[in-house]
Order: sequence, then structure tokens, then C-alpha cells
Amino acid sequence: MKPILAVALLVAVSASAVARAQEWNRAGLSDGALTASKASAAPAPKRDLTGIWDAGGQGIAGPGHESAPWTDWAKQKAASFRPGNGPRAVYENDINDPLSTVCDPTGFPRQVLYETRPFQIVQTPTQVLILYMFEKRWRVVWTDGRALPKDPDPRWYGYSVGHWEDDDTFVVNTIGTDERTWLDNSGNPHSADLKVEERYHRVNHDLMELTVTLDDPKAYTRPWMPRNRMPLALAPANFDMMEMICSPTEVMDFRKNISERTNNK
Amino acid sequence: MKASYLGIVLGIFTVAAIAAPVGAHHGTASFDTSKDLTLKGTVTDWIWANPHCFLKFDAMDETGTVRNWAVEVSNPTDMTKRGWARSSFKVGDAVTVNLQPVKNGAPIGRLRSVTLPDGSTLTAMGPAPAAAAPAP
Repeated sequence: MKPILAVALLVAVSASAVARAQEWNRAGLSDGALTASKASAAPAPKRDLTGIWDAGGQGIAGPGHESAPWTDWAKQKAASFRPGNGPRAVYENDINDPLSTVCDPTGFPRQVLYETRPFQIVQTPTQVLILYMFEKRWRVVWTDGRALPKDPDPRWYGYSVGHWEDDDTFVVNTIGTDERTWLDNSGNPHSADLKVEERYHRVNHDLMELTVTLDDPKAYTRPWMPRNRMPLALAPANFDMMEMICSPTEVMDFRKNISERTNNK
Repeated sequence: MKASYLGIVLGIFTVAAIAAPVGAHHGTASFDTSKDLTLKGTVTDWIWANPHCFLKFDAMDETGTVRNWAVEVSNPTDMTKRGWARSSFKVGDAVTVNLQPVKNGAPIGRLRSVTLPDGSTLTAMGPAPAAAAPAP
């Protein structure tokens, strides 16, 4: 058997395993499904991202992102952040990540930078709705032609407007985020002035790529791109997402049984 | 020549294993990553919850003392992908647990793999098994 055939067989076996998988409570797609989506010959429908998408393991980004250099403002802002990952990681019981320790909302853009688990896109005539498995939250992206608000109150998930750059590329611009949220597990901060651009480029029927650019001169010395063409595969139509919710009750139980007993002091 | 092609395929798996993400919400600072402990024990609780599932079990240490261990794995989503389930353990199950303990000597750790009463093994680190079919 030639190597290329062996790999193709491997992909085919993985893909068929996905097709046979149960209809309830799906955790996500296998990396095999992602590989198969890249080889799909079916063309993308025009101006349509409808469906459930998953980046497989690539969406998780547990260790956090390597950011552009911090400004002095960012250094001051993040001085009190005690992350569980990255170069400033602390012992488990010392972590103060507002998401994992007290179940504050993930917020945006962390929602697309950290646990990018399966999400569903629903399109209406005036909105694109993005429904996330992680935390079971949603975002509204306005497509009715409105401009972004002037000087908005901060929101955990910001304010978003979107437009089609071409038949395959949907661009979302977001402002008005809440600077209490971290960008990732390594405690990268952001300011309320942050501007986020998301580009959803549909490559073919089964594959989409997400690029996220952050422009936050108050916190970073230059714009940077934590997601660069991250591939997302289209899930089968019968895919039923699991719940994945931060429950304070469960977190307190975990802290009592594990975190509080890991101290090295 | 066939064997070398197999080698290529295994090589791909190995690369995938190295690149496999850790779904945990925290890093490894608390854990003694150089230690590898295998304990035979009896399950006292199995918590299927976020941010981490954890297994509690009684096991006897080298001094003959029984201690109640609590060892974490990843969240229900990641563990489902590995073929684990809410029903993977019941109280009283005899299990063999391979784990990485915390540095401070407490009976706490991260579970690497566990052998169930029926002899099958569930893994919590490294590459996810290809055919992990979650229970309904």
C-alpha cells in the first residue's frame, strides 16, 4: 500500500466513524473530520455559513496565545491576573482567572480565542447568530447595514456588525467589549477600546477558516492575529451539541476536593 | 516495504500525539511531572463536572496506610471524546490508577490512565483513542 493510500484510508475510516456516531450529546468532531473537510470537492454555497462548525482540538488553545508586546497600561492591568497557563502560570490554588474560578462569562473575544468548541451559525435577513456550545451562549452579529455604536457601554460580548466581503467571506467587526475579561488562559489583558475583526472564509462546502485580528493600541504595541486561518469543519446536520457550562456549584466542589489541596505553601 | 509504510502511518500518529492539546483550564505547575505512580484502589466517588471531572478512590500506600485520593482529568466534553462517560465508574469498583501526584505530598493528582474491573483501560492524557465512541 502506498503511503498516500494508507493516509487516505485512515481519513476515510475516521470520517465513517464520525458518520456512525450517536446523534445525542456530541462533544465535537474528530481531527479526521477536519482532514476530510479539507479534501471536500463540494463547492461552498454563496453567502451562507449556516450549520454547526468545529475546529476539533485546534479550537481549544489551552496554553494561551503568544501576544504582541504589552504596553505599560497592559502591564499594569494584568499585574493582578494570576493565570493557570503561559509564562506567568501559578499554582492551581492561586489561579484567579475569572472564568474558571468564579464562572464569569468567557466574554468576547475570548470566546473565539480559547475554548472554540462546536458552534452553530444561524442566518436571518438582518442578523447572523452564533450559538456557542462552550457556556451555551450566543452572539448577535447585525447585518442590516447599521454602523457600530458610538461610545457604547461595555458588554461581556461587545457589539458586532457584519458584512459579506465576497460570496465566501463574512467579516465581523466588534467593539464595546468589557475589559474585565481576559483574552486567554495565559492572562493576556485587553482594554475597552479593543477592536476585533473576525473573518469567516468558507473554502468549500465542508471547510471554513477563521482569522481573528485584535487592534488595541491601549494594551498592545501593534495589532496581532491570535487566529490565523483556523480550519473549521462542518458537522453533520444531526449533530446534537453537549452542554458545557461553568457552574459555580461544580467549581466550588472542584476547588474543595482538588485545587485547595494542591498548595505548596 | 509494507512495514515502512506502517511506520509512516505510526509516525503521523506520533506527531498527532505531540500536538494533542491539553484541554485543562490550568497548567502543570502544581504537579510533579517527573513522578509516575500506580495505585490499586476502590472507587469512592466519580464526579462528572466542569471545569474538571475527578475520581476519588481509597488506596493503600507503601506504609500500609489507606488514603483517599482525588485525581483530576479534563472536562466532560474532552473526556467524552476519549470514550469516558458519566457511567464509567461506580462506587466500589476495583481500579488500577496511573497518576501524576502533586508536589506537596497530598493524595491529589492528575490521572494518566485507569484500568477498570473488566480489564479495559481508559486514558486521560496523550492522543485520544481513534475509535472513542461516547455512550448514549
